[in-house]
Amino acid sequence: MPEQQPYEAGRAIAGTGMGGAMDLAASEATTLERTPGGPEGTGPAGKPRSLWSDAWRDLRRDPVFLVSALVILFLVFISVRPSAIASGNPLTCDLARAQDGSAPGHPFGYDGQGCDVYTRTVYGARTSVTVGVLATLGVSVFGSVLGGLAGYFGGLWDAVLSRITDIFFAIPVVLGGLVLLSVVTSNTVWPVIGFMVLLGWPQISRIARGSVITAKQNDYVQAARALGASDPRILLRHIAPNAVAPVIVVATIALGTYIALEATLSYLGVGLKPPSVSWGIDISAASPYIRNAPHALLWPSGALAVTVLAFIMLGDAVRDALDPKLR
Amino acid sequence: MRGVTHARGAVCAVALALAATGCGGGGSGGGASGAVLSSSWGDPQNPLEPANTNEVQGGKVLDMIFRGLKKYDPRTGKATDMLARSIDTHDSRDFTIKVKPGWTFSNGEKVTARSFVDAWNYGASLRNNQKNALFFGYIDGYDKVHPSGGRQTADTLSGLKVVDDHTFTVRLNQKFSTFPDTLGYAAFAPLPRAFFTDHAAWLRKPVGNGPYTVASYTKGSQMSLRKWDGYPGPDKARNGGVDLKVYTDNNTAYTDLMSGNLDLVDDVPAAQLKNVKADLGDRYINTPAGILQTFAFPYYDKAWDKPGSEKVRTGLSMAINRKQITETIFHGTRTPATDWTSPVLGVAGGFKEGLCGKACEYHPDEAKKLIKEGGGIPGGQVKITYNADTGSHKEWVDAVCNSINNALGNDKACVGNPVGTFADFRNRIGQHKMTGPFRAGWQMDYPLIQNFLQPLYYTNASSNDGKWSDKEFDELVDRANAESDQTRAVKLFQQAEGVVRDNMAAIPLWYQNGSAGYSERLSDVALNPFSVPVYNEIKVS
Amino acid sequence: MGRYVVRRLLQMVPVFVGSTLLIFLMVNVMGDPVAGLCGERACDPATAAQLKREFGLDRPVWQQYLTYMGHLFTGDFGTAFNGQKVTELMGTAFPVTIRLTIVAILFEIVIGITLGVATGLRRGRPIDTTVLLLTLVVISVPTFVTGLLLQLLLGVRWAWIKPSVSPDAAFGELIVPGLVLASVSLAYVTRLTRTSIAENKRADYVRTAIAKGLPRRRVITRHLLRNSLIPVVTFIGTDIGALMGGAIVTERIFNIHGVGYQLYQGILRQNTQTVVGFVTVLVLVFLVANLLVDLLYAVLDPRIRYA
Repeated sequence: MPEQQPYEAGRAIAGTGMGGAMDLAASEATTLERTPGGPEGTGPAGKPRSLWSDAWRDLRRDPVFLVSALVILFLVFISVRPSAIASGNPLTCDLARAQDGSAPGHPFGYDGQGCDVYTRTVYGARTSVTVGVLATLGVSVFGSVLGGLAGYFGGLWDAVLSRITDIFFAIPVVLGGLVLLSVVTSNTVWPVIGFMVLLGWPQISRIARGSVITAKQNDYVQAARALGASDPRILLRHIAPNAVAPVIVVATIALGTYIALEATLSYLGVGLKPPSVSWGIDISAASPYIRNAPHALLWPSGALAVTVLAFIMLGDAVRDALDPKLR
Repeated sequence: MRGVTHARGAVCAVALALAATGCGGGGSGGGASGAVLSSSWGDPQNPLEPANTNEVQGGKVLDMIFRGLKKYDPRTGKATDMLARSIDTHDSRDFTIKVKPGWTFSNGEKVTARSFVDAWNYGASLRNNQKNALFFGYIDGYDKVHPSGGRQTADTLSGLKVVDDHTFTVRLNQKFSTFPDTLGYAAFAPLPRAFFTDHAAWLRKPVGNGPYTVASYTKGSQMSLRKWDGYPGPDKARNGGVDLKVYTDNNTAYTDLMSGNLDLVDDVPAAQLKNVKADLGDRYINTPAGILQTFAFPYYDKAWDKPGSEKVRTGLSMAINRKQITETIFHGTRTPATDWTSPVLGVAGGFKEGLCGKACEYHPDEAKKLIKEGGGIPGGQVKITYNADTGSHKEWVDAVCNSINNALGNDKACVGNPVGTFADFRNRIGQHKMTGPFRAGWQMDYPLIQNFLQPLYYTNASSNDGKWSDKEFDELVDRANAESDQTRAVKLFQQAEGVVRDNMAAIPLWYQNGSAGYSERLSDVALNPFSVPVYNEIKVS
Repeated sequence: MGRYVVRRLLQMVPVFVGSTLLIFLMVNVMGDPVAGLCGERACDPATAAQLKREFGLDRPVWQQYLTYMGHLFTGDFGTAFNGQKVTELMGTAFPVTIRLTIVAILFEIVIGITLGVATGLRRGRPIDTTVLLLTLVVISVPTFVTGLLLQLLLGVRWAWIKPSVSPDAAFGELIVPGLVLASVSLAYVTRLTRTSIAENKRADYVRTAIAKGLPRRRVITRHLLRNSLIPVVTFIGTDIGALMGGAIVTERIFNIHGVGYQLYQGILRQNTQTVVGFVTVLVLVFLVANLLVDLLYAVLDPRIRYA
């Protein structure tokens, strides 16, 4: 083990990042960096066996994976076609029914504005899932590219990038959100996503960097280099497939925390804005009414918790499947 | 097995600790130290100088530690003489003010004519950065000590002259018949010499001439005020003192009141109003205050200032179901507005119920028609801008929007546009960035109809945020200010208000009440027309 | 070791400058702070201009930053708009938040590690599944919902605790807020310890220790735990900074007048001096905590030598 290895591992976990979920995932994922095998590996039967096909075989039999995948598929479905299960309009509200309990056709009751909680919870999925998915995508792409390049090329580029990630880590997330989002006027989801990417990328960048450094030292990479392969080819064909596993694990878990973060930002008054319909908006609007209309708080919170849970469990399952040590 | 035992041990420890706090914490809400009550408070935004305090929280303290020439009666709101023995004028411009003898500051220093003149000069002077300096703007020489640009050329107001220990004269730069009635405002309070000689020490622990003295002040968290036994005024404190505790979230303050951790909450959050009867019974008060909520419009935006847009504004006003919103969201702590003043002025003071007429009632069909006639909503969507950080504005703005949407049959006709912070909200107003109606709350400085109209609608007035301008209105206000007969002055102001109505310069929403809840230890709790508790009258058992 | 520490300290300099500059720029983006000072009316232009001059807001941002940093090195953190020295605000806010953080960290250590060891040794058994599911639930519910719920149940319905914390903020009052603040990290610590223990349980050195007949307790505490705690210690160490800066929500719910409260107020009032000052200190805490954690490695794992 190289001398600086513990230090690197330590840095990978360090951070005040998105609620810490990614920190955990990062450290849990560090073991993956030493995962042997790759696309070039072949099984005893002569049939190509990769880390991925192994993992997939495991996942198909994992009940945790199956349940969480089903939940996520359902969420994606109602995000695309909310009208399939909710016939109402989430923006039609009747103040006369404010805080009323469930009624025929309105199983979840009404919120403080007299909007139908069921309809809003269903429609809220789209925004929340959009925020989660897009923020994760942005963070993953941006973070892996920067971190991967830094890990591969090393030297000055690496030193500068490491310091920049440190800088972003040092700023508490909720605080950054309060400052940056309080000046936003747009009522789209983009500022919130942009903010999450801005403060979230260093986390992925560190993990990508670490796993690229590990992958770089593998024999097959050295061999490819000896054969005269170009940097882009080595990076894309040999390193990326092997370094991407930890990133996927962390990203899946982070997705859940981004959805929860959106709710916290709304609670502090800087989250998404109407006419967006999101769980965060509804949860924060219902939180003062916790005594009188707990149902208005319960349903969107429950939906949010289930969603976050599904993504974290998915990430867990993927990690277990990708980590041969725990088999 | 051992791991499990460990875990169980830990859980027990937590449970024990919880129970311990439970035992120690119950019912010890500051009870032991005599008849002192605790009350909710917000961190004052500016240093607690009288001419520098422009919000209720700082005003609360000033109201306890200062007494000025006039005081507004806590029930009627009428200005009555406090330190003033007489304020005389023959032309509504030159005033002779005589100060009652026998008043002192709590440090023993006598309150004299100079205490006032020095304080006012300090408040007006540009170099002291006093945010309420504009209240001295009527006094002669203000443009010298507080020029709108460049350096000040004088240190003192030429209109103020000390005649003897207890007499001074004021010369105004225009006629202003109701000037004496404005003198109950905190900015006009007298200041002791210590304020000028050791300013830093004074700020740490302000010294005044009111019924309470500051015992200790931890900025941002708590202020302890104690009864001043030597207080020479008639309105002595009937309790041992008040501990003001800072709360960031008034929901927490209310929760504390319910659990006996706090004696008085003077701003019951809207979300709790539904429970207030069950929680507090008759220990809940809801009294009118001089606060009016309106929507102002950006008249610098051509889309809102073209012929016919008054029809759009009137239409919007008629699309708002004020009655339902005040009942459902505010549970009667707001009353639908029917004019542009406040009921606390009283009929003689200029309040005129129903002046707005049909335009302030809910008529969805007519609303639709009027908006169509006026050329439709500019941009197809009304964005109501408000600040999201304080005062739970989101709830009622959303409700207003839903009401407009339902009336117009379009679920995207109106949308709330929250701005993160109050500072940024004010910034955008100041930089003329508003593109639609915006929240404008007006809390009166003194109970005069003039204060509800002139600062808000007079051309380029200090709070005319929408930059509305109307010659006829300005003329009527000028005439009203020069009028020395109170009744005729009020009539003229009401005519000016009629101009506001005919143009629907701002949409009046509702009159805001003060609401407060208190613990079983307290009695004789009341709110004054400024929605501040009348602390000195509260009895603690 | 000495050279390593020096290198790390040198690396901190650009990070410190960068993060303070970043927060400085962010707060500046928020716009003119003077506009919010005059209540529901526009500040008169003369006073506004004068205030800006006094707070140095009329100069370009980079000049403001340099001046600010210059003052910082003489220990002057500036003055808040309500006329109070930022250092005074810190003097009242930091002790409270430090107490809150200590309570939270204690929860993480005591409950988190205990649960983690218990589950890690029993992977796949009912207790493991139950605790694992519980931690997931804790992670997936936003903190402010947990906080409000506990406040309502413990503080109002059952009256076990005071719903808010007094200005003194004694340790006893901070137990529930500390638990709320720690809840998510607590769940992570549990999971992290569990993974780590489960992984090391099968390591050769553990088998050796068992084979040579050491009592089970000794194997767990001296061999297994010591090696498994490395990632946990890292997490807790770096969590200190996060807890102190992330207490905005918890401090708001329980009305605690600590760092989070001051930051929240500072942001709402666009009080550059307060926000930048507090964040500067938080950045320092974060950097120092990270360094200490890395040094702690050497203590926990003698194989590591820092050059």
